[in-house]
Amino acid sequence: MTGHRGAILGLHLGVIGALAALYFVLPAYHVSNLARVMVLSVFAMGYNIAFGYTGLLSLGHALFFASGLYATGSLVQLAGWPAGPGLLAGIAGGALVALAVGLLALRTTGVAFMIVTLMFAQAGYLLILYFGPLTRGDEGYVIDRAARAVAGLDLSDDRTRYFAALVLFALALAACLALVRSPTGRVLVAMRENAERSRMLGYDPFRYRLIGLVASGLFAGASGAAYGLMFGYVGATFASIQYSILPLLWVLLGGAGTVLGPFLGTLVMFYLVDLSSSVTTAYLMVVGLALLALVLFARKGLLGSLRERALPWLP
Amino acid sequence: MAAVSLLSTRGLTRRFGGLTAVDGVDLDLGTGEIRALIGPNGAGKTTLVGLICGRIAPSAGTIRFEGRDITALPAHARVALGIAYTFQITAIYARLPVFDNVALAVQRRGAPDLAAETLAALDRVGLADRAGQVAGTLAYGHQRLLEVAMGLALAPKLLILDEPTQGLADAEIETFKRLVREVARSATVLLIEHNMELVMDLADRITVLNFGEVLAEGTPAEIRADRAVQAAYLGA
Repeated sequence: MTGHRGAILGLHLGVIGALAALYFVLPAYHVSNLARVMVLSVFAMGYNIAFGYTGLLSLGHALFFASGLYATGSLVQLAGWPAGPGLLAGIAGGALVALAVGLLALRTTGVAFMIVTLMFAQAGYLLILYFGPLTRGDEGYVIDRAARAVAGLDLSDDRTRYFAALVLFALALAACLALVRSPTGRVLVAMRENAERSRMLGYDPFRYRLIGLVASGLFAGASGAAYGLMFGYVGATFASIQYSILPLLWVLLGGAGTVLGPFLGTLVMFYLVDLSSSVTTAYLMVVGLALLALVLFARKGLLGSLRERALPWLP
Repeated sequence: MAAVSLLSTRGLTRRFGGLTAVDGVDLDLGTGEIRALIGPNGAGKTTLVGLICGRIAPSAGTIRFEGRDITALPAHARVALGIAYTFQITAIYARLPVFDNVALAVQRRGAPDLAAETLAALDRVGLADRAGQVAGTLAYGHQRLLEVAMGLALAPKLLILDEPTQGLADAEIETFKRLVREVARSATVLLIEHNMELVMDLADRITVLNFGEVLAEGTPAEIRADRAVQAAYLGA
Protein backbone atom coordinates (compact mmCIF):
# COMPACT_ATOMS: atom_id res chain seq x y z
CA MET A 1 0.00 0.00 0.00
CA THR A 2 0.93 3.61 -0.38
CA GLY A 3 1.34 5.85 2.63
CA HIS A 4 3.76 5.52 5.55
CA ARG A 5 6.53 6.22 3.05
CA GLY A 6 8.08 8.75 5.41
CA ALA A 7 7.99 6.40 8.38
CA ILE A 8 9.49 3.56 6.37
CA LEU A 9 12.28 5.73 4.98
CA GLY A 10 12.94 7.25 8.39
CA LEU A 11 13.10 3.90 10.14
CA HIS A 12 15.58 2.37 7.72
CA LEU A 13 17.77 5.46 7.49
CA GLY A 14 17.60 5.63 11.28
CA VAL A 15 18.92 2.09 11.62
CA ILE A 16 21.79 2.83 9.22
CA GLY A 17 22.55 6.08 11.02
CA ALA A 18 22.52 4.38 14.42
CA LEU A 19 24.90 1.71 13.18
CA ALA A 20 27.26 4.41 11.90
CA ALA A 21 27.11 6.18 15.27
CA LEU A 22 27.73 2.96 17.19
CA TYR A 23 31.23 2.75 15.72
CA PHE A 24 32.25 5.76 17.74
CA VAL A 25 30.68 4.49 20.94
CA LEU A 26 31.39 0.78 21.09
CA PRO A 27 34.65 -0.88 22.20
CA ALA A 28 36.75 -2.55 19.49
CA TYR A 29 35.50 -6.04 20.30
CA HIS A 30 31.88 -5.13 19.63
CA VAL A 31 32.78 -3.08 16.57
CA SER A 32 34.31 -6.18 15.05
CA ASN A 33 31.27 -8.25 16.03
CA LEU A 34 28.88 -5.76 14.56
CA ALA A 35 30.78 -5.68 11.25
CA ARG A 36 30.44 -9.46 11.13
CA VAL A 37 26.73 -9.28 11.95
CA MET A 38 26.12 -6.69 9.23
CA VAL A 39 27.82 -8.83 6.58
CA LEU A 40 26.08 -12.01 7.69
CA SER A 41 22.74 -10.22 7.83
CA VAL A 42 23.06 -9.63 4.08
CA PHE A 43 23.08 -13.42 3.80
CA ALA A 44 19.99 -13.51 6.02
CA MET A 45 18.28 -10.84 3.90
CA GLY A 46 18.91 -12.99 0.86
CA TYR A 47 17.49 -16.03 2.60
CA ASN A 48 14.48 -13.95 3.56
CA ILE A 49 13.76 -13.05 -0.09
CA ALA A 50 13.46 -16.76 -0.92
CA PHE A 51 11.85 -17.95 2.31
CA GLY A 52 10.05 -14.97 3.80
CA TYR A 53 8.74 -13.37 0.63
CA THR A 54 8.65 -16.06 -2.08
CA GLY A 55 7.82 -18.93 0.29
CA LEU A 56 10.72 -21.17 -0.74
CA LEU A 57 12.05 -23.15 2.21
CA SER A 58 15.60 -23.94 1.09
CA LEU A 59 18.02 -26.03 3.10
CA GLY A 60 20.90 -25.33 0.76
CA HIS A 61 21.75 -21.67 1.06
CA ALA A 62 25.23 -22.44 2.38
CA LEU A 63 26.01 -23.31 -1.24
CA PHE A 64 25.22 -19.77 -2.41
CA PHE A 65 27.17 -18.15 0.44
CA ALA A 66 30.10 -20.47 -0.20
CA SER A 67 29.91 -19.80 -3.94
CA GLY A 68 30.53 -16.11 -3.26
CA LEU A 69 33.17 -16.86 -0.65
CA TYR A 70 35.11 -19.34 -2.79
CA ALA A 71 34.73 -17.46 -6.07
CA THR A 72 36.21 -14.34 -4.50
CA GLY A 73 38.71 -16.21 -2.32
CA SER A 74 40.07 -18.36 -5.15
CA LEU A 75 40.31 -15.53 -7.65
CA VAL A 76 41.97 -13.12 -5.22
CA GLN A 77 44.23 -15.46 -3.26
CA LEU A 78 44.94 -18.24 -5.77
CA ALA A 79 44.62 -16.52 -9.16
CA GLY A 80 45.94 -13.15 -8.07
CA TRP A 81 42.95 -11.04 -9.13
CA PRO A 82 42.52 -7.59 -7.62
CA ALA A 83 39.95 -7.61 -4.79
CA GLY A 84 37.40 -5.38 -6.58
CA PRO A 85 36.77 -7.64 -9.58
CA GLY A 86 37.07 -10.61 -7.22
CA LEU A 87 34.23 -9.22 -5.13
CA LEU A 88 32.02 -8.72 -8.20
CA ALA A 89 32.81 -12.25 -9.37
CA GLY A 90 31.74 -13.57 -5.96
CA ILE A 91 28.43 -11.73 -6.14
CA ALA A 92 27.81 -13.05 -9.65
CA GLY A 93 28.89 -16.52 -8.50
CA GLY A 94 26.16 -16.66 -5.86
CA ALA A 95 23.50 -15.61 -8.38
CA LEU A 96 24.70 -18.00 -11.11
CA VAL A 97 24.84 -21.01 -8.80
CA ALA A 98 21.34 -20.13 -7.54
CA LEU A 99 20.17 -19.95 -11.16
CA ALA A 100 21.61 -23.37 -11.97
CA VAL A 101 20.22 -24.94 -8.79
CA GLY A 102 16.88 -23.21 -9.28
CA LEU A 103 16.41 -24.44 -12.84
CA LEU A 104 16.53 -28.00 -11.51
CA ALA A 105 15.28 -27.75 -7.91
CA LEU A 106 12.27 -25.56 -8.70
CA ARG A 107 10.69 -28.45 -10.57
CA THR A 108 9.84 -29.56 -7.03
CA THR A 109 8.01 -27.78 -4.23
CA GLY A 110 7.61 -28.16 -0.48
CA VAL A 111 9.47 -30.98 1.24
CA ALA A 112 10.98 -32.25 -2.02
CA PHE A 113 12.44 -28.78 -2.63
CA MET A 114 14.01 -28.80 0.84
CA ILE A 115 15.63 -32.18 0.16
CA VAL A 116 16.85 -31.27 -3.32
CA THR A 117 18.43 -27.99 -2.16
CA LEU A 118 20.01 -29.81 0.79
CA MET A 119 21.50 -32.36 -1.61
CA PHE A 120 22.89 -29.68 -3.91
CA ALA A 121 24.51 -27.94 -0.95
CA GLN A 122 26.02 -31.19 0.31
CA ALA A 123 27.36 -31.88 -3.18
CA GLY A 124 28.96 -28.43 -3.13
CA TYR A 125 30.46 -29.04 0.30
CA LEU A 126 31.90 -32.41 -0.79
CA LEU A 127 33.25 -30.83 -3.95
CA ILE A 128 35.23 -28.36 -1.85
CA LEU A 129 36.64 -31.25 0.21
CA TYR A 130 37.34 -33.28 -2.94
CA PHE A 131 39.46 -30.50 -4.36
CA GLY A 132 41.36 -30.32 -1.07
CA PRO A 133 44.77 -29.64 -2.61
CA LEU A 134 43.35 -26.44 -4.04
CA THR A 135 40.81 -25.43 -1.40
CA ARG A 136 42.65 -26.83 1.64
CA GLY A 137 39.33 -28.40 2.63
CA ASP A 138 38.11 -27.97 6.20
CA GLU A 139 41.26 -26.22 7.25
CA GLY A 140 40.76 -23.54 4.61
CA TYR A 141 43.15 -20.75 3.76
CA VAL A 142 43.80 -17.16 4.65
CA ILE A 143 43.55 -14.34 2.14
CA ASP A 144 46.68 -12.22 2.36
CA ARG A 145 46.26 -8.85 3.92
CA ALA A 146 47.74 -7.13 0.90
CA ALA A 147 45.19 -8.76 -1.39
CA ARG A 148 42.21 -7.52 0.63
CA ALA A 149 42.19 -3.88 -0.49
CA VAL A 150 39.23 -2.78 -2.63
CA ALA A 151 39.82 0.51 -4.47
CA GLY A 152 42.65 1.40 -2.09
CA LEU A 153 40.62 0.64 1.05
CA ASP A 154 42.30 -1.89 3.29
CA LEU A 155 39.49 -4.15 4.50
CA SER A 156 41.65 -5.66 7.24
CA ASP A 157 41.65 -2.30 9.00
CA ASP A 158 38.94 -2.22 11.70
CA ARG A 159 37.52 1.16 10.83
CA THR A 160 37.52 0.62 7.06
CA ARG A 161 36.01 -2.80 7.50
CA TYR A 162 33.24 -1.53 9.72
CA PHE A 163 32.18 1.16 7.30
CA ALA A 164 32.58 -1.11 4.28
CA ALA A 165 30.28 -3.59 6.02
CA LEU A 166 27.86 -0.76 6.74
CA VAL A 167 27.85 0.33 3.09
CA LEU A 168 27.18 -3.24 1.95
CA PHE A 169 24.46 -3.59 4.57
CA ALA A 170 22.82 -0.30 3.55
CA LEU A 171 22.91 -1.23 -0.14
CA ALA A 172 21.41 -4.65 0.56
CA LEU A 173 18.73 -3.12 2.76
CA ALA A 174 17.82 -0.57 0.10
CA ALA A 175 17.76 -3.23 -2.62
CA CYS A 176 15.62 -5.52 -0.49
CA LEU A 177 13.20 -2.71 0.35
CA ALA A 178 12.96 -1.68 -3.30
CA LEU A 179 12.35 -5.26 -4.39
CA VAL A 180 9.63 -6.10 -1.90
CA ARG A 181 7.79 -2.83 -2.54
CA SER A 182 7.98 -3.26 -6.33
CA PRO A 183 5.37 -4.97 -8.52
CA THR A 184 7.73 -7.95 -8.85
CA GLY A 185 7.95 -8.17 -5.07
CA ARG A 186 4.17 -8.22 -4.88
CA VAL A 187 4.11 -11.20 -7.25
CA LEU A 188 6.74 -13.01 -5.16
CA VAL A 189 4.50 -12.61 -2.10
CA ALA A 190 1.55 -13.79 -4.20
CA MET A 191 3.48 -16.97 -5.00
CA ARG A 192 4.06 -17.53 -1.29
CA GLU A 193 0.41 -16.95 -0.46
CA ASN A 194 -1.27 -18.93 -3.24
CA ALA A 195 0.65 -20.18 -6.26
CA GLU A 196 -2.39 -21.60 -8.05
CA ARG A 197 -4.32 -18.35 -7.74
CA SER A 198 -1.28 -16.47 -9.04
CA ARG A 199 -1.00 -18.81 -12.01
CA MET A 200 -4.60 -17.98 -12.85
CA LEU A 201 -3.75 -14.29 -12.74
CA GLY A 202 -1.22 -15.01 -15.47
CA TYR A 203 2.01 -15.37 -13.50
CA ASP A 204 4.24 -18.35 -14.20
CA PRO A 205 5.12 -19.78 -10.76
CA PHE A 206 8.38 -21.32 -11.98
CA ARG A 207 9.58 -18.05 -13.43
CA TYR A 208 8.83 -15.98 -10.33
CA ARG A 209 10.24 -18.55 -7.93
CA LEU A 210 13.39 -18.54 -10.03
CA ILE A 211 13.56 -14.74 -9.81
CA GLY A 212 13.21 -14.98 -6.03
CA LEU A 213 15.86 -17.66 -5.72
CA VAL A 214 18.39 -15.88 -7.96
CA ALA A 215 17.92 -12.59 -6.07
CA SER A 216 18.39 -14.59 -2.88
CA GLY A 217 21.56 -16.21 -4.24
CA LEU A 218 22.88 -12.81 -5.26
CA PHE A 219 22.57 -11.50 -1.70
CA ALA A 220 24.09 -14.70 -0.27
CA GLY A 221 26.97 -14.52 -2.76
CA ALA A 222 27.60 -10.86 -1.94
CA SER A 223 27.68 -11.70 1.74
CA GLY A 224 30.08 -14.61 1.22
CA ALA A 225 32.38 -12.61 -1.06
CA ALA A 226 32.50 -9.67 1.36
CA TYR A 227 33.00 -11.97 4.33
CA GLY A 228 36.06 -13.50 2.70
CA LEU A 229 37.66 -10.16 1.94
CA MET A 230 36.77 -8.54 5.26
CA PHE A 231 37.75 -11.37 7.58
CA GLY A 232 40.40 -12.90 5.36
CA TYR A 233 39.47 -16.54 5.76
CA VAL A 234 37.99 -19.10 3.37
CA GLY A 235 37.05 -22.56 4.69
CA ALA A 236 34.71 -25.46 3.97
CA THR A 237 32.74 -24.94 7.21
CA PHE A 238 30.95 -22.10 5.45
CA ALA A 239 29.60 -24.59 2.90
CA SER A 240 28.38 -27.06 5.53
CA ILE A 241 24.77 -27.69 6.54
CA GLN A 242 25.26 -25.42 9.54
CA TYR A 243 25.41 -22.39 7.25
CA SER A 244 22.19 -23.45 5.55
CA ILE A 245 20.35 -23.70 8.86
CA LEU A 246 21.74 -20.49 10.41
CA PRO A 247 20.11 -18.04 7.97
CA LEU A 248 16.82 -19.88 8.44
CA LEU A 249 17.09 -19.39 12.20
CA TRP A 250 18.15 -15.75 11.88
CA VAL A 251 15.18 -15.04 9.64
CA LEU A 252 12.71 -16.94 11.84
CA LEU A 253 13.99 -15.12 14.90
CA GLY A 254 13.90 -11.65 13.37
CA GLY A 255 10.69 -12.17 11.43
CA ALA A 256 10.26 -13.81 8.01
CA GLY A 257 8.88 -11.45 5.43
CA THR A 258 10.09 -8.29 7.15
CA VAL A 259 12.88 -6.15 5.71
CA LEU A 260 14.74 -5.48 8.97
CA GLY A 261 13.96 -8.85 10.56
CA PRO A 262 16.98 -10.68 9.13
CA PHE A 263 19.38 -8.11 10.59
CA LEU A 264 17.69 -8.15 13.98
CA GLY A 265 17.63 -11.95 14.01
CA THR A 266 21.30 -12.19 13.08
CA LEU A 267 22.23 -9.64 15.74
CA VAL A 268 20.22 -11.27 18.52
CA MET A 269 21.38 -14.78 17.66
CA PHE A 270 25.01 -13.66 17.44
CA TYR A 271 24.95 -12.09 20.87
CA LEU A 272 22.90 -14.91 22.32
CA VAL A 273 25.68 -17.32 21.35
CA ASP A 274 28.40 -14.85 22.33
CA LEU A 275 27.00 -14.06 25.77
CA SER A 276 25.86 -17.55 26.69
CA SER A 277 29.11 -19.21 25.58
CA SER A 278 31.00 -16.91 27.93
CA VAL A 279 28.89 -18.34 30.78
CA THR A 280 28.43 -21.99 29.81
CA THR A 281 29.72 -24.49 27.29
CA ALA A 282 26.10 -25.57 26.76
CA TYR A 283 25.39 -22.39 24.81
CA LEU A 284 23.44 -24.30 22.17
CA MET A 285 20.93 -25.16 24.88
CA VAL A 286 20.40 -21.45 25.50
CA VAL A 287 19.88 -20.94 21.77
CA GLY A 288 17.45 -23.85 21.73
CA LEU A 289 15.46 -22.41 24.62
CA ALA A 290 15.33 -19.04 22.89
CA LEU A 291 13.94 -20.70 19.77
CA LEU A 292 11.38 -22.60 21.83
CA ALA A 293 10.26 -19.32 23.40
CA LEU A 294 9.99 -17.86 19.91
CA VAL A 295 7.78 -20.69 18.69
CA LEU A 296 5.59 -20.44 21.76
CA PHE A 297 5.22 -16.68 22.12
CA ALA A 298 6.16 -14.97 18.85
CA ARG A 299 5.64 -17.36 15.99
CA LYS A 300 6.17 -14.68 13.39
CA GLY A 301 9.53 -13.65 14.81
CA LEU A 302 10.38 -10.44 16.61
CA LEU A 303 9.45 -7.95 13.90
CA GLY A 304 6.71 -10.14 12.44
CA SER A 305 4.94 -10.13 15.80
CA LEU A 306 5.53 -6.42 16.21
CA ARG A 307 3.97 -5.80 12.80
CA GLU A 308 1.00 -7.94 13.67
CA ARG A 309 0.35 -6.24 16.98
CA ALA A 310 1.39 -2.64 16.58
CA LEU A 311 2.91 -1.56 13.28
CA PRO A 312 0.92 -2.92 10.32
CA TRP A 313 2.81 -0.68 7.87
CA LEU A 314 6.20 -2.27 8.62
CA PRO A 315 7.59 -3.59 5.31
CA MET B 1 -20.76 -17.97 -36.92
CA ALA B 2 -17.10 -18.73 -37.45
CA ALA B 3 -16.32 -15.05 -37.90
CA VAL B 4 -17.55 -14.06 -34.43
CA SER B 5 -16.41 -17.17 -32.60
CA LEU B 6 -14.10 -16.23 -29.72
CA LEU B 7 -13.51 -19.70 -28.39
CA SER B 8 -14.17 -23.05 -29.97
CA THR B 9 -13.44 -26.54 -28.74
CA ARG B 10 -13.53 -29.66 -30.90
CA GLY B 11 -13.81 -33.17 -29.51
CA LEU B 12 -12.56 -31.95 -26.13
CA THR B 13 -12.14 -34.96 -23.86
CA ARG B 14 -10.73 -35.58 -20.41
CA ARG B 15 -10.52 -38.96 -18.75
CA PHE B 16 -9.69 -39.55 -15.09
CA GLY B 17 -8.77 -43.24 -15.00
CA GLY B 18 -11.87 -45.08 -16.12
CA LEU B 19 -14.12 -42.04 -15.81
CA THR B 20 -14.65 -39.78 -18.80
CA ALA B 21 -15.45 -36.46 -17.16
CA VAL B 22 -15.62 -34.49 -20.41
CA ASP B 23 -16.51 -36.45 -23.53
CA GLY B 24 -16.00 -35.03 -27.01
CA VAL B 25 -17.34 -31.55 -26.32
CA ASP B 26 -17.74 -29.13 -29.25
CA LEU B 27 -18.37 -25.69 -27.81
CA ASP B 28 -18.46 -22.36 -29.64
CA LEU B 29 -18.60 -19.07 -27.77
CA GLY B 30 -19.46 -15.94 -29.71
CA THR B 31 -17.90 -12.58 -28.93
CA GLY B 32 -19.85 -10.62 -26.33
CA GLU B 33 -22.34 -13.30 -25.35
CA ILE B 34 -23.24 -14.48 -21.89
CA ARG B 35 -23.20 -18.25 -21.95
CA ALA B 36 -24.37 -20.36 -19.06
CA LEU B 37 -23.09 -23.87 -18.52
CA ILE B 38 -25.52 -25.98 -16.55
CA GLY B 39 -25.95 -29.63 -15.70
CA PRO B 40 -26.36 -31.96 -12.74
CA ASN B 41 -23.57 -32.38 -10.19
CA GLY B 42 -20.72 -34.37 -11.70
CA ALA B 43 -21.71 -33.48 -15.26
CA GLY B 44 -18.18 -32.23 -15.94
CA LYS B 45 -18.78 -28.47 -15.91
CA THR B 46 -15.80 -27.52 -13.76
CA THR B 47 -13.57 -29.96 -15.64
CA LEU B 48 -14.65 -28.41 -18.94
CA VAL B 49 -13.80 -24.87 -17.88
CA GLY B 50 -10.60 -26.23 -16.31
CA LEU B 51 -9.64 -27.50 -19.75
CA ILE B 52 -10.50 -24.18 -21.36
CA CYS B 53 -8.44 -22.09 -18.96
CA GLY B 54 -5.57 -24.56 -18.87
CA ARG B 55 -5.70 -25.80 -15.29
CA ILE B 56 -6.30 -29.32 -16.60
CA ALA B 57 -4.66 -30.91 -19.64
CA PRO B 58 -7.04 -32.54 -22.15
CA SER B 59 -6.85 -36.25 -23.04
CA ALA B 60 -7.99 -35.46 -26.58
CA GLY B 61 -9.40 -32.63 -28.66
CA THR B 62 -8.43 -29.06 -29.48
CA ILE B 63 -9.16 -25.59 -28.11
CA ARG B 64 -8.97 -22.51 -30.30
CA PHE B 65 -9.12 -18.95 -28.98
CA GLU B 66 -9.50 -16.12 -31.51
CA GLY B 67 -8.64 -18.64 -34.21
CA ARG B 68 -5.38 -19.70 -32.55
CA ASP B 69 -4.79 -23.24 -31.28
CA ILE B 70 -4.13 -22.90 -27.54
CA THR B 71 -4.48 -26.57 -26.61
CA ALA B 72 -0.83 -26.85 -25.53
CA LEU B 73 -0.52 -23.40 -23.95
CA PRO B 74 0.08 -23.28 -20.16
CA ALA B 75 -2.58 -21.60 -18.02
CA HIS B 76 -0.62 -18.44 -17.24
CA ALA B 77 -0.04 -17.82 -20.94
CA ARG B 78 -3.77 -18.19 -21.63
CA VAL B 79 -4.44 -15.48 -19.06
CA ALA B 80 -2.13 -13.24 -21.05
CA LEU B 81 -4.25 -13.91 -24.16
CA GLY B 82 -7.36 -12.80 -22.30
CA ILE B 83 -8.91 -15.82 -20.59
CA ALA B 84 -9.67 -15.16 -16.93
CA TYR B 85 -11.00 -17.71 -14.46
CA THR B 86 -12.57 -17.19 -11.08
CA PHE B 87 -12.50 -20.15 -8.76
CA GLN B 88 -15.46 -22.18 -7.56
CA ILE B 89 -14.06 -22.08 -4.04
CA THR B 90 -13.12 -18.54 -3.18
CA ALA B 91 -9.43 -18.09 -3.97
CA ILE B 92 -8.22 -14.70 -2.82
CA TYR B 93 -5.01 -13.79 -1.04
CA ALA B 94 -6.61 -13.86 2.39
CA ARG B 95 -3.61 -12.43 4.25
CA LEU B 96 -2.96 -9.55 1.85
CA PRO B 97 -4.81 -6.23 1.68
CA VAL B 98 -7.78 -5.99 -0.69
CA PHE B 99 -5.76 -3.46 -2.70
CA ASP B 100 -2.91 -5.91 -3.34
CA ASN B 101 -5.31 -8.65 -4.42
CA VAL B 102 -6.60 -6.51 -7.26
CA ALA B 103 -3.30 -4.74 -7.94
CA LEU B 104 -1.80 -8.14 -8.81
CA ALA B 105 -4.37 -8.50 -11.55
CA VAL B 106 -4.04 -4.90 -12.76
CA GLN B 107 -0.25 -4.96 -12.98
CA ARG B 108 -0.42 -8.17 -15.01
CA ARG B 109 -1.67 -6.25 -18.00
CA GLY B 110 0.88 -3.49 -17.48
CA ALA B 111 -1.33 -0.61 -16.34
CA PRO B 112 0.42 2.79 -16.37
CA ASP B 113 -1.25 4.04 -13.17
CA LEU B 114 -1.47 1.02 -10.90
CA ALA B 115 -3.10 2.67 -7.88
CA ALA B 116 -5.79 4.52 -9.85
CA GLU B 117 -6.77 1.52 -11.97
CA THR B 118 -6.79 -0.79 -8.98
CA LEU B 119 -9.14 1.51 -7.12
CA ALA B 120 -11.29 1.84 -10.24
CA ALA B 121 -11.60 -1.95 -10.48
CA LEU B 122 -12.53 -2.11 -6.80
CA ASP B 123 -15.05 0.65 -7.33
CA ARG B 124 -16.84 -1.40 -9.99
CA VAL B 125 -17.71 -4.03 -7.38
CA GLY B 126 -18.25 -1.47 -4.63
CA LEU B 127 -15.21 -2.35 -2.53
CA ALA B 128 -13.10 0.78 -3.09
CA ASP B 129 -13.59 1.96 0.49
CA ARG B 130 -12.21 -1.34 1.77
CA ALA B 131 -8.92 -1.23 -0.16
CA GLY B 132 -6.78 -1.20 2.97
CA GLN B 133 -8.57 -4.04 4.72
CA VAL B 134 -7.02 -7.51 4.91
CA ALA B 135 -8.95 -9.58 2.36
CA GLY B 136 -9.56 -12.52 4.68
CA THR B 137 -11.51 -10.30 7.07
CA LEU B 138 -14.11 -9.37 4.44
CA ALA B 139 -17.59 -10.86 4.67
CA TYR B 140 -18.09 -13.89 2.43
CA GLY B 141 -20.16 -12.05 -0.15
CA HIS B 142 -17.52 -9.35 -0.39
CA GLN B 143 -14.82 -11.97 -0.86
CA ARG B 144 -16.73 -13.35 -3.85
CA LEU B 145 -17.04 -9.84 -5.24
CA LEU B 146 -13.33 -9.29 -4.67
CA GLU B 147 -12.60 -12.39 -6.69
CA VAL B 148 -14.81 -11.11 -9.51
CA ALA B 149 -12.95 -7.78 -9.29
CA MET B 150 -9.66 -9.65 -9.76
CA GLY B 151 -11.08 -11.30 -12.87
CA LEU B 152 -12.38 -7.99 -14.19
CA ALA B 153 -9.11 -6.21 -13.48
CA LEU B 154 -7.38 -8.51 -15.95
CA ALA B 155 -9.59 -6.91 -18.62
CA PRO B 156 -10.22 -10.33 -20.15
CA LYS B 157 -11.85 -11.18 -23.47
CA LEU B 158 -13.35 -14.26 -21.88
CA LEU B 159 -14.33 -14.29 -18.22
CA ILE B 160 -15.11 -17.70 -16.77
CA LEU B 161 -17.14 -17.62 -13.57
CA ASP B 162 -17.45 -20.91 -11.69
CA GLU B 163 -20.55 -20.79 -9.49
CA PRO B 164 -20.03 -17.14 -8.58
CA THR B 165 -23.26 -16.67 -6.64
CA GLN B 166 -22.87 -19.70 -4.40
CA GLY B 167 -23.54 -18.55 -0.85
CA LEU B 168 -24.54 -15.01 -1.82
CA ALA B 169 -27.59 -13.28 -0.37
CA ASP B 170 -30.38 -12.18 -2.72
CA ALA B 171 -29.37 -8.53 -2.62
CA GLU B 172 -25.80 -9.47 -3.48
CA ILE B 173 -27.04 -11.57 -6.40
CA GLU B 174 -28.76 -8.48 -7.84
CA THR B 175 -25.49 -6.53 -7.61
CA PHE B 176 -23.76 -9.42 -9.25
CA LYS B 177 -26.27 -9.62 -12.10
CA ARG B 178 -25.76 -5.95 -12.89
CA LEU B 179 -22.02 -6.50 -12.86
CA VAL B 180 -22.12 -9.42 -15.31
CA ARG B 181 -24.29 -7.46 -17.73
CA GLU B 182 -21.84 -4.59 -17.57
CA VAL B 183 -18.88 -6.93 -18.15
CA ALA B 184 -20.61 -8.52 -21.13
CA ARG B 185 -20.44 -5.21 -22.96
CA SER B 186 -16.70 -5.64 -23.34
CA ALA B 187 -16.16 -9.36 -22.83
CA THR B 188 -17.63 -12.81 -23.30
CA VAL B 189 -18.84 -14.44 -20.09
CA LEU B 190 -18.97 -18.18 -19.49
CA LEU B 191 -20.90 -18.88 -16.35
CA ILE B 192 -21.35 -22.11 -14.42
CA GLU B 193 -24.40 -21.64 -12.27
CA HIS B 194 -26.96 -23.65 -10.34
CA ASN B 195 -29.35 -20.80 -9.71
CA MET B 196 -31.83 -21.42 -12.59
CA GLU B 197 -33.65 -18.17 -12.13
CA LEU B 198 -30.40 -16.28 -12.54
CA VAL B 199 -29.36 -18.37 -15.54
CA MET B 200 -32.65 -17.91 -17.36
CA ASP B 201 -32.52 -14.19 -16.66
CA LEU B 202 -28.90 -13.54 -17.52
CA ALA B 203 -27.76 -15.94 -20.23
CA ASP B 204 -28.00 -15.32 -23.96
CA ARG B 205 -27.51 -19.01 -24.59
CA ILE B 206 -27.31 -22.07 -22.39
CA THR B 207 -25.26 -25.23 -22.82
CA VAL B 208 -26.41 -28.27 -20.87
CA LEU B 209 -23.85 -30.91 -19.93
CA ASN B 210 -24.74 -34.41 -18.79
CA PHE B 211 -22.23 -37.22 -18.18
CA GLY B 212 -19.56 -35.08 -19.83
CA GLU B 213 -21.46 -34.65 -23.09
CA VAL B 214 -23.41 -31.72 -24.48
CA LEU B 215 -27.03 -32.66 -24.01
CA ALA B 216 -28.57 -29.52 -25.44
CA GLU B 217 -27.72 -25.97 -26.41
CA GLY B 218 -29.96 -23.01 -27.11
CA THR B 219 -31.65 -19.91 -25.82
CA PRO B 220 -33.19 -20.00 -22.34
CA ALA B 221 -36.64 -20.49 -23.88
CA GLU B 222 -35.45 -23.41 -25.99
CA ILE B 223 -33.71 -25.05 -23.06
CA ARG B 224 -36.76 -24.65 -20.87
CA ALA B 225 -38.82 -26.43 -23.53
CA ASP B 226 -36.29 -29.18 -24.23
CA ARG B 227 -37.61 -32.56 -23.10
CA ALA B 228 -34.23 -34.26 -22.75
CA VAL B 229 -33.09 -31.44 -20.47
CA GLN B 230 -36.22 -31.69 -18.42
CA ALA B 231 -35.68 -35.40 -17.96
CA ALA B 232 -32.02 -35.14 -17.07
CA TYR B 233 -31.91 -32.00 -15.08
CA LEU B 234 -34.93 -29.94 -14.39
CA GLY B 235 -36.62 -33.03 -12.99
CA ALA B 236 -39.94 -32.36 -14.68
